[in-house]
Amino acid sequence: MAITKAAPTGADSHEPVDGLPATRPPDPNSPDPNPSDSNPSDSNPSDAKPSDSKSPLVLTMLLLLLVLLQGPIRGALSAPVMQSWMTVFVAVLVQALPFLVLGVLLSAAIAVFVPASFFARALPKRPVLAVPVAGMAGAVLPGCECASVPVAGALVRRGVTPAAALAFLLSAPAINPIVLTATAVAFPRNPEMVLARFAASLLVACVMGWLWQRLGRTDWLRLPERPHYDGQSKGAAFWGSVRHDVMHAGGFLVIGAMAAATLKAVAPASWLRTAAENPVVAILALAILAVLLSICSEADAFVAASLTQFSLTAKLAFLVVGPMIDLKLFAMQAGTFGRGFALRFAPATFALAIAGAVLTGAVLL
Amino acid sequence: MNRQAQAAVLFLTGAALLHAGFTNLYLRYVKAGLQPLLLASGAVLIAAALATVWYEWRGSKGKQSDGHGDGHDQDDGHAHDHGDGHVHREPRVSWLLVLPLLALILVAPPALGSYSAMRTGTALQQPYGYNKLPATGPLDLNVVDYATRAVYDHGRHIEGRQIKITGFVALDRTGSPYLVRMALNCCAADAQPVKIALTGTIPPVLQPDKWLEVTGTYTAKQTKDPVNNGPIPYLRVMAATPVPTPKDPYDESWNN
Repeated sequence: MAITKAAPTGADSHEPVDGLPATRPPDPNSPDPNPSDSNPSDSNPSDAKPSDSKSPLVLTMLLLLLVLLQGPIRGALSAPVMQSWMTVFVAVLVQALPFLVLGVLLSAAIAVFVPASFFARALPKRPVLAVPVAGMAGAVLPGCECASVPVAGALVRRGVTPAAALAFLLSAPAINPIVLTATAVAFPRNPEMVLARFAASLLVACVMGWLWQRLGRTDWLRLPERPHYDGQSKGAAFWGSVRHDVMHAGGFLVIGAMAAATLKAVAPASWLRTAAENPVVAILALAILAVLLSICSEADAFVAASLTQFSLTAKLAFLVVGPMIDLKLFAMQAGTFGRGFALRFAPATFALAIAGAVLTGAVLL
Repeated sequence: MNRQAQAAVLFLTGAALLHAGFTNLYLRYVKAGLQPLLLASGAVLIAAALATVWYEWRGSKGKQSDGHGDGHDQDDGHAHDHGDGHVHREPRVSWLLVLPLLALILVAPPALGSYSAMRTGTALQQPYGYNKLPATGPLDLNVVDYATRAVYDHGRHIEGRQIKITGFVALDRTGSPYLVRMALNCCAADAQPVKIALTGTIPPVLQPDKWLEVTGTYTAKQTKDPVNNGPIPYLRVMAATPVPTPKDPYDESWNN
């Protein structure tokens, strides 16, 4: 049944092609090089450059080719490693896409319907105070980390001080009610884990915000500009923003999902047993594992709970690091805020998150 | 990628999500509770695709109709060009969205099976409590139920009774058979196996990943999972019959 589904959709994507002047038909035998040529602009409808009009054609050729080659491709993909890789890859995306869409809708609503003056009134004037307020505000965004990246991007574009937006970015996936409830369910015998997770995540988010405010430079933050929505109707601007964010963040989400699937399918799990023996190594090991696994923050508590050989503090590090920085998030942050930003922000977040978890663990656990 | 192609990718992704959500396909990848969210996001993606095409069409129509050389329109177009030329160089990465689409529509990979199960340690944990069992007759237990009762309740309530369990077959390096069910909390990326080792009258030919309904009795024998030292109880098998893959291949009883 999966096959029959593919045929009509392939036919659908013909339509845009027919309507366009196909100035340079691409070589049907080599669809791969074409995407890279044809990308340059997400163009205005008016400027139908030859390279632009090619991309629907490329897409159609690509889909047709793959439908034709289904048999051999399936054969190559039937090895257990490949199957497990594909399942995890698809699973991460299927699970993350609804939350990404939610975040993208919110971000588009912020960009189009909420006036910039609202945030100026809602947040304290002084960034030092705005950071914890924004961090606490993270508690109201239900969902996992995929939703928070586009929303934080929209906040910065709307003139919210980056320090506050970043505090929100870091705290939202970890301290919202859904995630805290999941944590409580996963650790029925250690209710203090919920408090520890909340406190450590909020602490790290605020410290990162303040740190950015002191040391951060605006030129590190390269938000990809948008087409100006001013001249458009609200509807056009809203859907334009949704389309842009899904295509953009979605692409980076795919990169992250591939990395996570590779890790899950290839890396041996037995090294964890050795790591658990030394308390310091255990904390580091679980922090790194959180980065590599890129599990949704709604589910990570259950995985942490199953790592029975590790100390509670090590598990807390897993729960604090995971929602703030992982492979999938890094790819998405690089896409939303620029690579230079992500390269500085990620290591700092990682180090601070471990420090915050250890500190909170020492006090509460 | 230009807007037509973007609209096509958005539409196909939305359609794939709807397809997965309306059939049982999505249960191979995520928990059942995500179904409404999947369907809603599929609908939003399709709406975004349609909106893109609609505004595109209206935009081009508008351009054509008042393209009688009025300077304002020219300016506008120029500003857009300028902005876009700078800005939208990166959507190259959007092409990657085609990959999951193909994987979901063309390949539809199966739920995680014996390969993942044998690489990951058993996730068995001491339970909060036990459900009441029917007083008489054969017991229908799931893998997690049997394993927790066998390990943490020392088989007190299941000893001497006939037990029916459904799971898939996994073989370890020495070829010893296990009956496994993956337990899922959110998506397949966090799925973890719970394993029962089989003893007694085991069918002579066992294929990994084949689903079996095993009838057997409790035995106190236990072993350790070589991956994480977790406890694995044994089940003394009396009969085993092949069954089709269940609608939901994962055990989701943990996330409730």
